Amino acid sequence: MAAANPQTAARRSLFFLLAIVLILVGLLAGAVVLSDAQTHPKLGLDLKGGTQIILEPKTTAGQTVSAEQLNQARDIIVQRVDAGGVSGAEVTTQGDRNIVVSIPEIPTQQVRDAISKSSQLQFRPVLAVAAGSPQASPSPSPTGTATGTGTGAATGTPKPTSSKTPTTVSSASPTSNSAVPGALMAPTPAPSTPAAATPSPSASAPAAGAKPTGPTDLAWITPDVTAAFTALDCSDPTALDNIVDDPNKPLVTCDVSGSAKYILGPVAVSGARISNATSGYQTNQQGNVTNQVEIALTLDGQGATQYAEISRKMVALPEPQNQLAATLDSRVIVAPRFNEAILDGRASITGGFTLESARSLADQLKFGALPLSFVEQTSIDISPTLGSEQLRYGLIAGLIGLLLVVVYSLLQYRALGFVTVTSILVAALITYLTITILGWSHNYRLDMAGVTGLIVAIGFTADSFIVYFERVRDELRDGRSLAAAVEAGWNRAKRTILVADGVNFLAALVLYALASSSVRGFAFTLGLTTLIDLLVVFLFTHPVLTLLTKRPFFRDGHPWSGLDPRRLGVDPKVRYAGRGRFTTPTPARTPEPVSAGSEGGVA
Amino acid sequence: MSFNFATFGNDLYTGKRSIPVVPQRRKFYLASLVMILIAILGLATQGLNLGLEFRGGSEFRVATSTLPGNYEQIARTAVGASEGERGTGVTLVGNNTVRVQTEKLSDADSQKVRTELAKAFGLPESEVSGTFIGPSWGASVSQQALRALIIFLLAVALLMTVYFRNWKMAAAGLIALAHDLIITVGIYAWTGFEVSPATMIGFLTVLGYSLYDTVVVFDKVRENTNEAFDNGRLTFAQAANLAVNQTMVRSINTTVIGLLPITAVLAVGAIFLGPGVLLDLALVLFVGILIGAYSSIFIATPLLVTLRRRDASVVELEKRAARSQARKAKDVAAAEAARAAAELSGEPVAVGSGAPAALEGEGATLTGRAVHKYAQPTHTGPRNQPRRTPKSKR
Repeated sequence: MAAANPQTAARRSLFFLLAIVLILVGLLAGAVVLSDAQTHPKLGLDLKGGTQIILEPKTTAGQTVSAEQLNQARDIIVQRVDAGGVSGAEVTTQGDRNIVVSIPEIPTQQVRDAISKSSQLQFRPVLAVAAGSPQASPSPSPTGTATGTGTGAATGTPKPTSSKTPTTVSSASPTSNSAVPGALMAPTPAPSTPAAATPSPSASAPAAGAKPTGPTDLAWITPDVTAAFTALDCSDPTALDNIVDDPNKPLVTCDVSGSAKYILGPVAVSGARISNATSGYQTNQQGNVTNQVEIALTLDGQGATQYAEISRKMVALPEPQNQLAATLDSRVIVAPRFNEAILDGRASITGGFTLESARSLADQLKFGALPLSFVEQTSIDISPTLGSEQLRYGLIAGLIGLLLVVVYSLLQYRALGFVTVTSILVAALITYLTITILGWSHNYRLDMAGVTGLIVAIGFTADSFIVYFERVRDELRDGRSLAAAVEAGWNRAKRTILVADGVNFLAALVLYALASSSVRGFAFTLGLTTLIDLLVVFLFTHPVLTLLTKRPFFRDGHPWSGLDPRRLGVDPKVRYAGRGRFTTPTPARTPEPVSAGSEGGVA
Repeated sequence: MSFNFATFGNDLYTGKRSIPVVPQRRKFYLASLVMILIAILGLATQGLNLGLEFRGGSEFRVATSTLPGNYEQIARTAVGASEGERGTGVTLVGNNTVRVQTEKLSDADSQKVRTELAKAFGLPESEVSGTFIGPSWGASVSQQALRALIIFLLAVALLMTVYFRNWKMAAAGLIALAHDLIITVGIYAWTGFEVSPATMIGFLTVLGYSLYDTVVVFDKVRENTNEAFDNGRLTFAQAANLAVNQTMVRSINTTVIGLLPITAVLAVGAIFLGPGVLLDLALVLFVGILIGAYSSIFIATPLLVTLRRRDASVVELEKRAARSQARKAKDVAAAEAARAAAELSGEPVAVGSGAPAALEGEGATLTGRAVHKYAQPTHTGPRNQPRRTPKSKR
């Protein structure tokens, strides 16, 4: 624990820092060479301009868009844009029906989809399936028993308690995913009776006037529905353009690939009941990770109850009525069959996702569906809202400011000031590297507020050193040798620096997690600079100071070292009446306590 | 200058020189109260000049066939906005469409602006379209930010309570924070600067800075008061005042270093750019940081003393400290008298020496005394003369 130890520890810290910087440089270089990263930070909308997309709601004739719907859509779009990184996009409403999204980049098709897609997810029971081609016809399986069980189960929830407890962990994957589209596409039973005749078994019973009793009731298949179903040609891409999706009515639709068509019952569980959605590889019953990409959904309390109820009811039904279709924007993504009732409100969707598309869809599901569907009206470049001179002068001002800080530090701390200055430069280097890398990986963009924030961060960073140096000086005043003072001062300063930076980091975390738009960008910058501050103080400033204490220049307290005990303890120009010489080797003179009353106002 | 500064710091550290922050706290309270009242008055009468991003506004698009180079100036003149006026934004959309955003205009005004713009660009009026745009920083963004802020403040209060083991420190810190924010916002109200999202970020930066500064000062207060509770030599108020004085040099240095870059931005902004986002931000940060530094020294710590003055432990410490100081004063007086007699009353310095102990105010007894805490662990009586024993070289 003697003098040798801090020295080696200090060297190790410096090497560690060097390693971090080299890793960052390597990462950036790799990203530049192998990917599309830039060697400078990306700039935000106000400094660089970007793309402006005007979205227009897709409405049928006579349908009006309320201000409330528009605002809701805007809020959801903001969340979706935020999920894509810290880009600082701007979303406004225009007039009384359009939404304007300004993004500081040229958005890819995926980004555009993510912004404008409604992403209405619904769970609807399958009533009938057929191949997507027009000649096929609905083929509800024998209905006699099915309808009976279906309605019977629908009337009462057998075990409400069990369904109310979604906490029970069902380790097994809830849905049988093996039955994914391939199985569904299985052609309709060969003896395909004439279209009109096929639904007759189901239609016969309710035709007597009985209203359908539950979403699984085949009574939903009215002659109208059958006609629509027969007419539907899924190979025609425009076939579903004018689809009317009423959650309380049955839906005739295709699956996403257009290879199968369905008659679906009314919505059993709506997408609004999704409380969380995550994506990833699916785990099978044995707990092994498969290469099937799934989106795992967590339903809220009401959704879990509904889901439990419908699954319990449907397990008993024959094919294909034991299938629950998940539709996204009215198209079926997947319609797995139930092997068991699912009571814990956890559903899983698979169906030919890639990891990326699953993540994007999970984000959309999480933030909720847009109340309207939108189409892109225009998409056009916009110029920066702030002139380029703002940034240029901002940077010039930053440099001047830095220079002033250097001068002040040198005046205040003499040679020690160089430690401050190099620390700030190291912090600046790391900041530059990190924001450039984050620009590439998280689409982090600097806007004017961010630039100003970074300039202000010079103050934060410098403060850690000041706290530290002042503590070291305090310890020197108490009469310690320099090496001891640095250690003791560090131990005290460390606490202060940690708690003060901790508060800032907490601010960054909370604001980043809960706020949106530019506040989120601010939180990101704040958290970043705080972490870098800690990194630099712990791995640079303190080690450097520890090493410097070995140098005679500092150890012996050279007048220009900034750690001159005489300077800290004594005023050589005899200006004050009293003085205490605490640290000089010779015993101090007897002090002459000054009158306190007279000095009250001095400052 | 810096030379004296180190000495100044030294004197503050030893307590030889003391700025009576805590004893004079009523004055600082009063000053802050006046400032807050002025700020609130400004908010009430002037209100905040919220930007387009908060309120929405009118937008005009001028589709030019050939874009004039000085389109921005033409547009501004046409709209009747002076150079740099923040209420109006001129942006180029695509290659040759000029977008002009203004505050929300009435239909009649809107029509007038359209005509003006068309005339200025020499185009038929049909090439100028006008719509209303909604706020990009809508109520929901504000609500979200506000909720985040409240949760953050609660978390900070919890963190500070746990770290300092005292909720009153958290309370004092948060009051100081509110003080800073209200005054900073008040400045916006009085100057009529436009509040943009960038400004909100400025407010948040001030908030972070103020908290940071307060925590640094409080950490020293905690250290000193814990020591005082242990040895009973200083009252709580005295220990807190000493802490403020001891961190004074740090606070000044930090504030200066924090302000230097902002001052540079302010100067460059004012000279080369004129009014704009940069200048606005720099100004709010300048004022905010200055007030943050002020409040952490002159408001937060005194508030803590005020809040804790009725605590049983603090009251008890006061009694102990009074006893200890009275005892010491007697020693000093006796020693002084002895020395004065020995030196045949030649030096004027000795005259004031008895006074600090006699004075009961916290600042007075601090003189020179705090230094001795290391030097005199055992001897209590006036055994021998060296009152200020050489500092043990620990």
